[in-house]
Amino acid sequence: MALLELHGVSKRFGGLQALEGVSLQLDDGMIASLIGPNGAGKTTLFNTLTGLYRPDAGEILFQERSLVGLQPDKVTAAGISRTFQNIRLFSHMTVLENVLVGMHSRLHTGLPAILLNTGGFRLQEKAARVKAMEIIDLTGLRGRENEWARRLSYGEQRRLEIARALAAAPLLLLLDEPTAGMNIVEARSLMALFKQLIGTYVKAILLIEHNMRVVMGISHCVHVLDYGEKIAEGHPDEVRRNPRVIEAYLGQGSWAEHAQS
Amino acid sequence: MSGMQASLALSGYIAASCLLAFLFPQSVLAFLAVQASLVMLYYVAAPRQVKLFLGALLLFVLVPALGWANGYYFEIAIQIGIFVALALGLNIVVGFVGLLNLGFVAFYAIGAYLWAIFGSPQANAFIPGGFFPVSPNWFFVFFLLSIAVGLLTGILLGLPVLRLRGDYLAVVTLGFAEVVRALVNNLDKPINFTNGPRGISPITKPPLFFEPLLQFAGLEVPSAKLYPLYFYFLILIIVGVIILVTRRLENSRVGRAWKAIREDEIAAAAMGVPVVRMKLLGFAVGASFASAVGVLFAAKQVFINPESFTFMESIGVLAMVILGGMGSIPGAILGATGVTILNLQLLKGLSLWLNGLRQSGAELTIPFLGSYSLSQLPAQFEPAKYERMVFGLILILMMIFRPQGILPPSQERKK
Repeated sequence: MALLELHGVSKRFGGLQALEGVSLQLDDGMIASLIGPNGAGKTTLFNTLTGLYRPDAGEILFQERSLVGLQPDKVTAAGISRTFQNIRLFSHMTVLENVLVGMHSRLHTGLPAILLNTGGFRLQEKAARVKAMEIIDLTGLRGRENEWARRLSYGEQRRLEIARALAAAPLLLLLDEPTAGMNIVEARSLMALFKQLIGTYVKAILLIEHNMRVVMGISHCVHVLDYGEKIAEGHPDEVRRNPRVIEAYLGQGSWAEHAQS
Repeated sequence: MSGMQASLALSGYIAASCLLAFLFPQSVLAFLAVQASLVMLYYVAAPRQVKLFLGALLLFVLVPALGWANGYYFEIAIQIGIFVALALGLNIVVGFVGLLNLGFVAFYAIGAYLWAIFGSPQANAFIPGGFFPVSPNWFFVFFLLSIAVGLLTGILLGLPVLRLRGDYLAVVTLGFAEVVRALVNNLDKPINFTNGPRGISPITKPPLFFEPLLQFAGLEVPSAKLYPLYFYFLILIIVGVIILVTRRLENSRVGRAWKAIREDEIAAAAMGVPVVRMKLLGFAVGASFASAVGVLFAAKQVFINPESFTFMESIGVLAMVILGGMGSIPGAILGATGVTILNLQLLKGLSLWLNGLRQSGAELTIPFLGSYSLSQLPAQFEPAKYERMVFGLILILMMIFRPQGILPPSQERKK
C-alpha cells in the first residue's frame, strides 16, 4: 500500500519555479532518498509536504487522505514529522523537553486536568517521560537529557533533531540532510539507526542527503530532483548510471569522463 | 554549611529582622531586612520542609503582625502582591510565549473598571433603577467574572494581532493599551460609563464576611484596621493561586508548547504545536491574571482614574519581568518585589533622609575642598523624583552585566 503519494506537485516563488509537477510514491517499509544539486527543490518539497508551504498545484495523499491546505501541526498529527537541514532545536529547553514537545500532538490532557493536576494528567506525563527517555536512549543521548539543547555538540544536536521528530510517533519520517557535517563513523551509526527504525518506530523514511555513501547504502529507492523537476527515480544503482543524473550533478559532457574513470 | 546550620541561621536572621522591624517601626531598612529574608529562603540550601515552614511563618504570621503594628507595611506588602501577580501574568506572555506585549496594563484597567463601575454608584448613570453599588458580596462574583472577561479580551486582542511578529506586535499591543485608556478617559459622554478623567469613587470593598465570627470570639476590631489585613490575605491567596496555575501550566504540554514557540515558531509548528491556539491561550491566561488583580486593586484603592493605567505602568511591569529573568517564576516574583520596594521604599526613604539632612543644616566637610552646608542642597535633588532615571540606569546596567535577568530559568529540573 502506498503510504505517501504525490501527484504533479508544483510550487512557485515569484519568478522561480521551485517545484514543477513532482510525483512520487512511497510504500510501507521503504527508505527513499531525495537527491539533487543545491537549489533543486528538495527542501521545498519537504516544506510543501509538511504544510509550511501550500502547493500551487498537485495533490499530496497520505494514507489516501489529502494533506493539501493542512497546517503544519495537523500534518504532524496525521503522522508525518521531520528534521531540519539547518538545525532548529529549542535551544533554551532541555533535551528531554525538546523530545516532550515533539509529543505534543500525542498528548491530550485538557486545561482543566492540567490545572487540577489530576491523576490522569500525572499518569500521562509520566508515561510521556518514559517514552521520551526511551527515544533519547535510542538516539544515543542518554545522560544528556537535562542539558540545554544549545549545549550539545553538533552531532548530538543532529541526533536530537531526529529524537524530537520520532517523539511525534510518525508513520513517515522526513530527514533533511541528517548526516551533514558528520564523519563516516557517525554517519554509519545513523544509517544503522535508520534501518532499525523501519518497522519499529516508523513505517517509512524519506531523506534528503548529499552523502552518496549514505544514499547508496540504505535507500530502496532514489528520487532525483533538478530545477524543481524530477529527472530520475529508481534503485540506487540504476540512478547512479543515469546520464541525466550525472549531467545534473557534473554538467554536460561529464558523462564520458565518468565512464572512463 | 549543613542543612541544619543553614536552617538555624535562617531562623535567626528572620527573628532578628522581625524584631528590628518591631522595635523601629519607622525604619525602612528594618522592613527591607524582613523582605530580604524571603529571598534568602529561596537561595539558602536548607531542607525543603524547613524552608516551607519558615516561608509560611513569615507570610502568614510575621508580616501580618508587622503590618498590624504599622499599617504602612501592609500597604507595601499589598502593592508588592499586586505587582507580583501582574509580573507573573506578563511573564507568561513575554517570558514563556516570547511575545513582546507593551500594553499589558490594559487588561489590568479592564478588570479594575469592571468592579469600579458596578461596585460604585457609577453604573446608575446608564442602568436606571438605582441598583448600584451592588452589595459587597458581589465582589467575589465580579472577581470570577473578571477572569472570564480577561480571558475573553486577551483572545479578542490576540485574534487580529497574533499574525504580527516581534516589533509589529509590540506596537499594536501598545496601541491597544492606549485605546483602552482613551476609551476610559472619554466614555463619560454622551452616556457616562466611566466618569472620564475624574475617576470613580467610592468603590465598594469586599465583604467582611468573617466579622460576625470575630465578634462571636469577643474581638472588637475597627474595620479600618481590618481591611488592610483582609486585602493582604486576599492578595496572598491570589498570588498563591497564580503561582500554582503558572507552575502547573509550565510543566505541562501547554508550557512546553509555549516555550517551543518562543524558541522557534516554525520548528514548534512542525512538531505538532498548534501555534496560533497556544499563543492565544498564553495571551488569555496572562490577561486573566491582570484583570483579576485589577478588581482587587479597584476595591483596595476605593478611587481609580485613568492615570493609574498609563503606558509607564506597562513598561514598569515589563521591566520587572526582564529584571527578574524572563520565563522564570521566581524571577518574576523577585523582579516585581525589587522594583516595587525600590519605588515605594528605597527612593522615598532616601528622599526623606536627604530632607532631614537639609533641615538639620549640617556641614559637610571635604578635605582640601572646603565645607558645604547641607541646607544649601537644592530641593530638586530628591531621589523619589528620579524614579524613572534610576530605573533606566538599572535596566541598562542589567543589560550589560546580566542580560538574562537576576534569576533566569534554571537548566536543571527540580525533581
